[in-house]
This record gives sequence, C-alpha cells and structure tokens, in this order.
Amino acid sequence: MIINFIQWSKKSLFSNWWNSLITLFCIYLLFLIIPPFINWAILDATFSGKLKTDCTAGGACWVFIRVWFEKLMYGFYPVENIWRINLSFIIFIGTIGLSFFVREKYKLYILFFLIFIFPFIAFILIRGGFGLTIVETREWGGLALTFILAIFGIILSFPLGVLLAMGRRSEMPIIKYFCICFIETWRGIPLITVLFAAAVMFPLLLPSGTLVDKLLRVAIGIAIFESAYVAEVVRGGLQSLPRGQYDAAKSIGMGYWQMNFFIVLPQAIKTVIPGITNTFIALLKDTPLIYLIGMAEILGIVNMAKANPYWLGMAVEGYVFAAIIFGVVSFILSSYSQKLEKKFSTENK
Amino acid sequence: MKINILKFLGSLALFLAFVTSSVTANAGTKDDVIKKGSLDCGVSQGVPGFSNADASGKWTGIDVDMCRAVAAAVFGDANKVKYQPLSAKDRFEVLKSGQIDMLARNTTWTLSRDAGLALEFVGTNFYDGQGFIVRKAAKIDSAKKLNNVKVCVETGTTTELNLRDYFKANNLKYEAVSFTKADEAVAAYDAGRCDVYTTDKSGLAAQRTKMKNPADHTVLPETISKEPLGPVVRGDDQNWKDIAAWSLYVMIEAEELGVSSKNIDSMKSTDNPNIKRLLGLEGDTGKSLGLTPEWSYNIIKQVGNYGEVYEANVGAKTPIGLARDGSPNQLWTKGGILYAPPVR
Repeated sequence: MIINFIQWSKKSLFSNWWNSLITLFCIYLLFLIIPPFINWAILDATFSGKLKTDCTAGGACWVFIRVWFEKLMYGFYPVENIWRINLSFIIFIGTIGLSFFVREKYKLYILFFLIFIFPFIAFILIRGGFGLTIVETREWGGLALTFILAIFGIILSFPLGVLLAMGRRSEMPIIKYFCICFIETWRGIPLITVLFAAAVMFPLLLPSGTLVDKLLRVAIGIAIFESAYVAEVVRGGLQSLPRGQYDAAKSIGMGYWQMNFFIVLPQAIKTVIPGITNTFIALLKDTPLIYLIGMAEILGIVNMAKANPYWLGMAVEGYVFAAIIFGVVSFILSSYSQKLEKKFSTENK
Repeated sequence: MKINILKFLGSLALFLAFVTSSVTANAGTKDDVIKKGSLDCGVSQGVPGFSNADASGKWTGIDVDMCRAVAAAVFGDANKVKYQPLSAKDRFEVLKSGQIDMLARNTTWTLSRDAGLALEFVGTNFYDGQGFIVRKAAKIDSAKKLNNVKVCVETGTTTELNLRDYFKANNLKYEAVSFTKADEAVAAYDAGRCDVYTTDKSGLAAQRTKMKNPADHTVLPETISKEPLGPVVRGDDQNWKDIAAWSLYVMIEAEELGVSSKNIDSMKSTDNPNIKRLLGLEGDTGKSLGLTPEWSYNIIKQVGNYGEVYEANVGAKTPIGLARDGSPNQLWTKGGILYAPPVR
C-alpha cells in the first residue's frame, strides 16, 4: 500500500524536476489555504446561540445560518404552509427515485407525469387554490424558489429546445427560418436583459388592469432563453447522426415524427447529454440574477439577511453557505448525467 | 406549423391561467388600495435601518414605517401592508406600471427623477449625505485634510461622482480603489488597502459595525452631498400624493407638539388647539384627504411620531447608532431641518 503510493507519487508527482517543483508549490498553496479555512469554518466557529453577539470565538458565525435557515430555504413563504413546498419536492424526488426501480416501459409514463402533470400539481400545492390558501408568488423565495425556477426552466426548455432544433433542420423554409431567427435572437440577448424585459418592460406594454404574475413572466423568460441553448446543443447531436439512420428509418416506412422520435432523437440526445447537463447547470447558476429584479432566491435571502442591522457583517458565512448548496446541487446534477451517459452508452468497450 | 400552434396555445393557456386582476393607474389609487384590502409598498432588498426583514419575516425600518403610516391612515391598520422588495434598478418602473402603490426605498429626491419620470416625491423622511470614515490612528479630523489618500468606493454609483467632485473642488489628490459591492469595499478598507472609505452617512454607520474594531474608526464631520431620501408615488393622483405627504407631516408635527404613541390617549383631553387639530378632534383634515377623522390618530398611535420611528430604527440604541442631535434629521426647533406645514 505504502510502497504503491510511493511508486505512484514518483511516477505522477515527481517524475522530473519541474513536475516536482509544481507539486511542491501546490502542496504549499494547499497548506496556505486549508488550515486557516478549517480553523475559521470549524475549529473557531460558533454553532449554537441565537444572536450575533453569541459569536465570540472569532471564527465563522454559523448561528447566522441557523437563525435564518427557514428563510434561506423557503423565503417569506408562510410558515404554516411550508409543508406544501416540502410535499411538492418529496413528490418530485420520489418520482425520480422511482424511475430507478421500475421497468423500462413504465419510465415513459414517469417522464410524461414529470413533464405534463407534476408542474400543475406542484403549482397548485405551492400557490394554493382548490381549498388551499393562496400564497402569492411575491412570498416565494429561498432555495425553494431556486429549485422552482430551475425545474420549471428545465421541464419547459427541454421539449421546446428539441422542437426548435428539429425545426432548424426542417426542410420547410418558413419553419426553418423562424427557428433560426428565434434561436439566434434569444442567444444574442443577455439573460439579464430578458429578465428586465419580463419583469419591468412587459407590464408597461399591457393594457392597464391586467397583470401577469411577475414570477411567471420571469420563469417563462428564463425557459425560452435556455431553450435556445438547448436547441443548439441538440442540433449538434442531430448533425452527428449518419445520414444512413434517416434513410433506414424512411425505408421501413416511418413518417417524419416516427422517424424522429424512435430513431433520430434517442440517439442524438444520448450523445449530447453532457452538453445538455452543462446548459441545465448554467441555468441553475443563472437563477440568482433574479435578485436584480427584486426577487429573493437563496442568494437574495443571504443578501437580505446580511443587511439586517442585527446581523451586519455576516456576508462571508452567507456566501459560503450558498456556495456549498450550489456546489452540492450542481454535483448531483452532473453525477446523474454521468450515470445516464454510462447507461445509454452503446460504444464498443 | 405545429410548433407555432403548440407554443401559442401553451403560452395562451398559461397566460390566461395566471392573469391576476385589479391594478388600475387612472382611478383613484386610494380606492384601489381599499378595494385590494392592502397597501403594496415597494421597499429595498435590505438597507440597514431603512427597510429590512428579520428572521421571522417581519419588516422594520424608517421606510417601512412610512408604508405603515400610510396604511394606518387609509385602513386604520398599520399592518395592512404588503412589502415588495425592489432593486435599485427596477424600482421606478415597478411603481409606474402599477405593481406597487407607493415606493419607500431610500430613494434620493433629484430634479431629473421628480420631473423626468412622471413620479412625485412626497417629502423627505431622512436627510442623508455622503461622508468619510478614517482610522483614528491617522489623526485626520476634517475631510479638507484628505490629501494623497486612497479611497475605497463602490463603483457605478453617485457616490463615486460626488467623491470626484469634492476632491476636485478642494484641490485634493486621491486614488480611488473601486469595488462593485459595499461588502468588498468595506473589507478592503478594514484590511488597510485604503485610508478612507466613503458612502452615505447612514451606510457608514452600518458598515462600521462590520469592522474588526469599530471603535478604531471615526466618521469625519463633513457631508459632501445632499441625499434627501423620501417616499415616491405616481404623478397622476394628487389625492394619493397628499395622503402620503401628510402621513409623513403628521408624524413630524406630532413630535413637535410632544404627542407620541404612548401619551396620545391622554392628549385627547388637551386644550391645545394645535393638538386637537392634529388628532382630528377639531376641523376636518380627514375629510379633505378623503379619509376618516381618525386617520392621524391611527398613524401616531400605531406607528409613532417621527422621533419614535427614528430612535427605533436608526437611533443611538440600535446597531446603526446614528446620533440625531446635530444632524439635519432633527426638528427645526432643535437645530435640524425637519419642518412640517401646519396641520389645519
């Protein structure tokens, strides 16, 4: 074991003088960074208490996170209704978990449920109606809002992006050029502009007396924006398929939709899973931008909490906490996609 | 064409499903607010002492109390307010498009905003101004002596422009060290990268509490800019503007006359005609505004007079700790510039 390690390190870390130098430099850097961070985050940190003044140890003040935890997770959502958000996420996670255990042919139903039924269930649960008290979207916030926007964005932008990618490769000129215009326009606009237009400009254009919910405008804006990127990723997959696949599908009498859904798309999407995951992780990390239009997802709540006069100076703790959350969620997304890649891999090994 | 139709139907269905009603710009804002049952008030996303939420979701601050005062005047209940946090960038458009009824978001009253935006500033609930903080060890007692210094400042703000103007006007040399966030600028100053940090004085006080040793720093006496902060309403509703403006004046007038939320009920038996008019026992101030006669009583009883609001949110006993004496935010009778027109 130890000998193995020595051999390994000789081979990969100290193979020649400049590699050795780089290794030593990296070790020195780690030495500079890690011990102070552990001191700050764990050894000198304060974990229990209720007030900022309880933090006297000099390290991180995790009391801040503890006290604000509920707000960081749910925003200003009424406390007595938080179970509704929890239930929605349990349904979501449960459904995805279920898909690991059921047989292949039921997975299609699960997908159908997730795309067409789940959003409505979640929407009614979280917003209210049908006997549940209405919770206005302005009270939504925290990590829940991050997830709502990201999941809504993914669920809506994926099918839209696939359709756009197919449209762009269509032989019908109107559809083709419409899709090209659509994709290029949305890819040409920065997301922040889309958000401002949705949140601020759109209501000015509506006749007075009507007001579409701000969060909905923003969510649709994000989904359309991301769909353009998904479309380009999927188009890459479509173009990588050899011409023979199309011809083979046609030769056994398949129509356009049959060909695409049974032959072309399954293969194309399989090859672009890394690209799509990339887009979705980017989407997740773009959500904090909604802070600029007055909405508070997890980072927005951190910003709000650290401005409270009794909690001034807690910026670092808040940002580290948010960073950990984003890191964990992005990691889960990417490992899930890697699992999918392996599973669908038909390459010769 | 299938794509188009699907998308169109989808968006139409979503659109119809979530259209919420009842925002009109032209009918009386007061009537709309009463119909809705609550006041939609635009506040900040967290400015210490002005508007911020606590861990239970309750909003407090000078600006928040302005919202509460208007709600107390209209409904007789200061709690009928829905707060909408707004960023500095979208606040005016949200007000203009009718998503909120009133904006109380430490907004500086300037000519271009007042005249150029079809909005109406109703008054000033806090006189702020840009100042400097330096280390006590530097032994600088006046901003005039700030020569050849490094100044930490947030970039892209009027703060940066005021700084440039001030040093130019006084023939002083400086080097700006710019940051996009206040937190970074303060941290850099605290770490010794600059000799001076500058922002609005209310902000200086709040930022000072973040420093390692707040007592090692001192705020210089000079105020180099005028930042009158006040509530804003849309410019198309005179009555609503009056309600907002007089809600503020009533709080100032109450302090001047010595009426507070604690003694207001005993004040009802007073012989002082000014107090009687203030409390709506004489005259018909409520009727002129289209409100109940108790409107002013409700404000003072539920929100308090200006002094109470100040002390509770930014005063010496709060973490912000802004001393009121000697600042413009003191009554005109005590050397400040708070002056309310007579309530009669």
